[in-house]
Amino acid sequence: MTALLLRDLKLSVRAGGGALIGVLFFMTVVAVIPFGVGPDLNLLSRIGPAIVWIGALLSALLGLDRMFQTDREDGSLDLILMQEHPLALTVLIKCLAHWLGNGLPLVIASPLLGLFMNMSEVAIGATMLTLLVGTPALTFIGAVGAAVAVALPRGGLLVSILVLPLAIPVLIFGVSASYAAVEDPAPFMPPFLILVAITMFFAVIGPIGAALALRNTAD
Amino acid sequence: MRLTAENLSARRGEDLIFKDISFSLEGGQSLVLTGKNGSGKSTLLRTVAGLLRPESGRVIWEQEGSEAGMRAAEACHYLGHRNAMKPDLTVQENLNFWKVFCGNDEPGIAAVAEAAWEVGLPDLLHLPFGYLSAGQQRRIAFAKLLVADRRIWILDEPTVALDTGAEEVLIQLMNRHLVMGGIVITATHQPLALENAQELRMTGFAGVMEEMW
Repeated sequence: MTALLLRDLKLSVRAGGGALIGVLFFMTVVAVIPFGVGPDLNLLSRIGPAIVWIGALLSALLGLDRMFQTDREDGSLDLILMQEHPLALTVLIKCLAHWLGNGLPLVIASPLLGLFMNMSEVAIGATMLTLLVGTPALTFIGAVGAAVAVALPRGGLLVSILVLPLAIPVLIFGVSASYAAVEDPAPFMPPFLILVAITMFFAVIGPIGAALALRNTAD
Repeated sequence: MRLTAENLSARRGEDLIFKDISFSLEGGQSLVLTGKNGSGKSTLLRTVAGLLRPESGRVIWEQEGSEAGMRAAEACHYLGHRNAMKPDLTVQENLNFWKVFCGNDEPGIAAVAEAAWEVGLPDLLHLPFGYLSAGQQRRIAFAKLLVADRRIWILDEPTVALDTGAEEVLIQLMNRHLVMGGIVITATHQPLALENAQELRMTGFAGVMEEMW
């Protein structure tokens, strides 16, 4: 299983892996907002956490469709399905590798983008923390979509659309926790804990759903 | 040790590809599937490997010392049309991955370098898999069978893209696997000189009418 994790990580940083593509897309989305909105610093710092979160959500969706598709194209998926390891565990490891390769760079890039949006230190810290907790949920949800669309050529957009409704709660609680950290009356912990709960819930449901979908993709 | 297929039928979409195929193989025996394109050879191999759900029938794998109810797929190596190797990783990394992932770190199993030597490509371990020619890629994919121990080898046209020399090497390796008590099931268009070979001619859809449905 460690072998699978290491292999997927290596692939995500090598040519065509797409780990950097996600970060670049994230930067592009967030960096154009100040140009579009105009140099109103108060407005930018007010919408900052939401924009960073939306940017992270979109970039997370961008890389999802490749999660199983590359393995299917070169035949590795067949062999992975045949092994004695429980398939849900294999999928969990692949999700983990995918998050380390595609999700974690987004979290690391977010403070820089927070500066673009004139966010305060507390807001930047809160956004980074909520992203750290929330992006794994996006990967686990996305795994199900990626597994369902694995046999479809150019299924990328379909995966995003399938996954988006389930990803909305992650966005809502992520953004509200980030705002709660800077706006005084609202408490930070309740939305943050719900975000943690969502991630843990999908960490269980996601791999099982994806494993079921992969088993039934007969070809 | 015995692999049994009972009354296997499979369909692709609406079409019934084959029906009521049964065979039984003991250790050291091989099965060669022949037949024209589209006659269902690959479908049968994928069904035995557990990658396609059979329409009817079942595949049973019995082995001394292994727990009952083990899926036949877990005892199989499957070499399909695609090589299951990552073009961005080196040959060494690819083979290492399958060696560890298939869970065979025991002594007696060929090391990666040894397996590459067996298929006649000892000097290519450091190259990315994508740089190799089609024939070399096929040979390295075959080396994957040597780095992890599986009793059953399911090979879908293993000699595609190979020159005659490499073909002989592969046939020797298959025969050695048979002598060591393994089972080989292969689909082929070229005659393969395998030991203890049963031949199963796939007739394809022409021989299977829809009377059951």
